[in-house]
Amino acid sequence: MLYIKCPHCGMRSQNEFSYGGDATIKRPELGKEISDQDWDNFVYNRKSLRGKHWELWQHISGCRQWIKVERDTATHEIFNTLKANEEISL
Amino acid sequence: MQKYSVFSLVKNALSNHENWDLAWKDPTPKKEYDVVIIGGGGHGLATAYYLAKEHNITNVAIIEKGWIGGGNVGRNTTIIRSNYMHDDNALFSEFGMDLWRRMSQDLNYNVMFSPRGIINLAHSDAQMNTYARRGNSMRLNGIDAVLLNREEVREIIPMADFSDNVRFPIFGGLMQPSAGTARHDAVAWGYARQADDMGVDIIQNCEVIGFDVSAGKINGVRTSRGDIKAKKIGLCVAGSTNILAEKLNMTLPIETHLLQACVSEPVKPVLDKVVTFGAGHFYISQSDKGEMVMGGDLDGYNSYAQRGNLPTLQHVLTEGIAMMPFLSKLKMLRTWGGIMDMSMDGSPIIDKTHIEGLYLNCGWCYGGFKATPASGWTFAHTIAQDRVHELNAGYSLNRFNTGHLLDEKGLGTKTWIS
Ligand SMILES: Cc1cc2nc3c(=O)[nH]c(=O)nc-3n(C[C@H](O)[C@H](O)[C@H](O)COP(=O)(O)OP(=O)(O)OC[C@H]3O[C@@H](n4cnc5c(N)ncnc54)[C@H](O)[C@@H]3O)c2cc1C
Ligand SMILES: [Zn+2]
Repeated sequence: MLYIKCPHCGMRSQNEFSYGGDATIKRPELGKEISDQDWDNFVYNRKSLRGKHWELWQHISGCRQWIKVERDTATHEIFNTLKANEEISL
Repeated sequence: MQKYSVFSLVKNALSNHENWDLAWKDPTPKKEYDVVIIGGGGHGLATAYYLAKEHNITNVAIIEKGWIGGGNVGRNTTIIRSNYMHDDNALFSEFGMDLWRRMSQDLNYNVMFSPRGIINLAHSDAQMNTYARRGNSMRLNGIDAVLLNREEVREIIPMADFSDNVRFPIFGGLMQPSAGTARHDAVAWGYARQADDMGVDIIQNCEVIGFDVSAGKINGVRTSRGDIKAKKIGLCVAGSTNILAEKLNMTLPIETHLLQACVSEPVKPVLDKVVTFGAGHFYISQSDKGEMVMGGDLDGYNSYAQRGNLPTLQHVLTEGIAMMPFLSKLKMLRTWGGIMDMSMDGSPIIDKTHIEGLYLNCGWCYGGFKATPASGWTFAHTIAQDRVHELNAGYSLNRFNTGHLLDEKGLGTKTWIS
């Protein structure tokens, strides 16, 4: 069982959250010229790191906010959580 | 090579089974090979076997970081089927079914292929309609499919919950009678033994840690036991695909996720079909030892942990008990997990890459065990001829770029949603 510290609600069990994938993926800017490859990278291509991984979770059975979580994908250790609008410092 | 038969069994019994040949050797890696296959799972071993058997390419090494069969090929729930709707998936899988039917004879190894049939349960009228559509598509591709109504399902699996006040009543199901199971370890060992006999070097405890690429061409691999040169290299590392892709500066439409399975204590024969729950993700069969073999959803977040988390197991088994209430009385014997290469449309990739001499085999999601023979066969063809076979032409890497996705389940790019 994972325990995730929601920046809004505090420490809660994994059962209250749903997953949203890689949090470092950025949608190409609106109105700008972009290549097919840029779209590909946004929609499909993922690094899927082994080790520290910033990812989105939604506190679906709590405050329903999206949050960012830094978790180790091999050990499941959680290092950091941020609100959705807080920037990740890599 | 010593042929396995009832005579060799009797003969070796007389000498207390002390004189059997080793099934495969333990060679030291050579400096150079024509082809290096990375990953000694089912797909890597089958690829090497078909390279030797179909294409006479025997100067081949399989490089495995652990021991052969220690990855997903030894961790899966062994369901073999070709009940797909899309042509590319259906024709590829049905080609594989033919190879399964002949496998024990081909390999001179009893893989215990058991075509006992699979039933996908339906729990609504709408689901019956989609099953009818899929069944029709299957039959158009020459694959056996039978649509069962509630009473017909009850006749075959009376232990399922047919009472009146259930949350997900059984409306009927789609059956593929020729689907089934096989002994996963035997598949790995059978391919390994034959490949070794034809001259393939099976190199275990040897991890690929880097690549030698120059001018857009592959020249070899760096391993924990030294550098090995090769003109052609095939990647068959399933859940480790992203790790090696990073070393090649490639970002792939793949995420690595964990899938768990479990078996109960052995009980007397009760279930002679593979059955899947239609209102969630749960499947079950009974092994020859009597254990109930069960699995379902991914753990739900990127993972390389090779062991599972309990909330998912609880969720999956809740579905199991909803489908077959008697399961609640069984004790759990073992649970385990494997890391899986989940592709963005749920279908695999067997293709060349932009690097000359580098070939990619990955994206097997939940269903790569059944694909073992067809994957090995088509990947060997792709490597030997440097072009894809028509059977794996749909499994191209650039389909994500061109929009020719093979999204059998219509789930989109959230690989963790099942
Ligand atoms: C719990 C579970 C249940 C499943 N149930 C089914 C099912 O019922 N039916 C079905 O069809 N499929 C099923 N699957 C999927 C199936 O098992 C896989 O898709 C398939 O086994 C993957 O191909 P493989 O056998 O080649 O992989 P693996 O056996 O995982 O082989 C990959 C190998 O590559 C090696 N490797 C990795 N990195 C390196 C490196 N750097 N250097 C050298 N070697 C390396 C690994 O050690 C491993 O041995 C299931 C999977 C799991 C985990
Ligand atoms: Zn919250």
